[in-house]
Amino acid sequence: MPHYSARIYVTLRPSVLDPAGTAVQSGLAHMGYTNVGPIRIGKYIELTLEADSEAAASQQLDRMCDQLLANPVIENYRFELQTLATA
Amino acid sequence: MKFAVIVFPGANCDRDVAYVTRDILGQPTRMVWHEDSDLSDVDIVVVPGGFSYGDYLRCGAIARFSPTMQATVEHAKAGKPVLGICNGFQILTEVGLLPGALVRNRDMRFICDRVPLKVERTDLLWTAGYTAGQVITLPIAHGEGCYYADEATLAELEANKQIVFRYSGVDGSVDEKSNHNGSLGNIAGICNRAGNVLGLMPHPERAADAVLGGVDGLPLFESLVRSLVAA
Repeated sequence: MPHYSARIYVTLRPSVLDPAGTAVQSGLAHMGYTNVGPIRIGKYIELTLEADSEAAASQQLDRMCDQLLANPVIENYRFELQTLATA
Repeated sequence: MKFAVIVFPGANCDRDVAYVTRDILGQPTRMVWHEDSDLSDVDIVVVPGGFSYGDYLRCGAIARFSPTMQATVEHAKAGKPVLGICNGFQILTEVGLLPGALVRNRDMRFICDRVPLKVERTDLLWTAGYTAGQVITLPIAHGEGCYYADEATLAELEANKQIVFRYSGVDGSVDEKSNHNGSLGNIAGICNRAGNVLGLMPHPERAADAVLGGVDGLPLFESLVRSLVAA
């Protein structure tokens, strides 16, 4: 079965406040970077999986993201899939 | 009435709840390890506060998959009472028993305080012991207690009177000044449409014994037991 690697990006929905992002923006302003606009902080997840096909892997990842890796109430996600060379 | 208190790795308010239900109210109480999937012997399930599974990924995200939580969903679907306090509230939103989500407090701080709350509904088995519009004081202790839901969900919560507790002033005024964590609508606690599932960020179990400086949480547990006995 082919191996895939996935890079998953979980971001806050635009309507959800990100106080951590605001705090980091103020930190950068203290460094002198007053030119930096609003900051949004998200999560980056890497995983590998075995699946019959890229479509199957993609379908499984959608379910993983919808049910656990992201909370659709407050977060969006996207992912990139890459086929790994089999040994 | 028999209580179940779920014990997750990282739960830290489970014994506080059991102290209230078992020692103060004299009700049989079973501590249920999160891997136990049988809740058929209990009347009320309490999902306590703490940091279940270290709150990894998101608060309550991992806990929702535990066998006991699956049994708790069945318990709730059968119309039986489920109470989620603090981390328990977060878990109930993650598992889908309550709408919305709890996100990082607006001002980034972990808040540990005693705050006034307005009781919005007294026709629930949880709140029959309070008077309409009563302002009570309960402890809060959370870093992620800012209630969020999309506009449609919020409108639905208001229309169905699912908002049970709001952060307020001591006079019952609900405004930005009394909103400690940035929750939409000053929401501190909500129920599902049927009213048998309640989730709240404040800790009624920490205000049920006068020795701790307040007893405003006790009527919640008392009215619950009374309502169930009468039913």
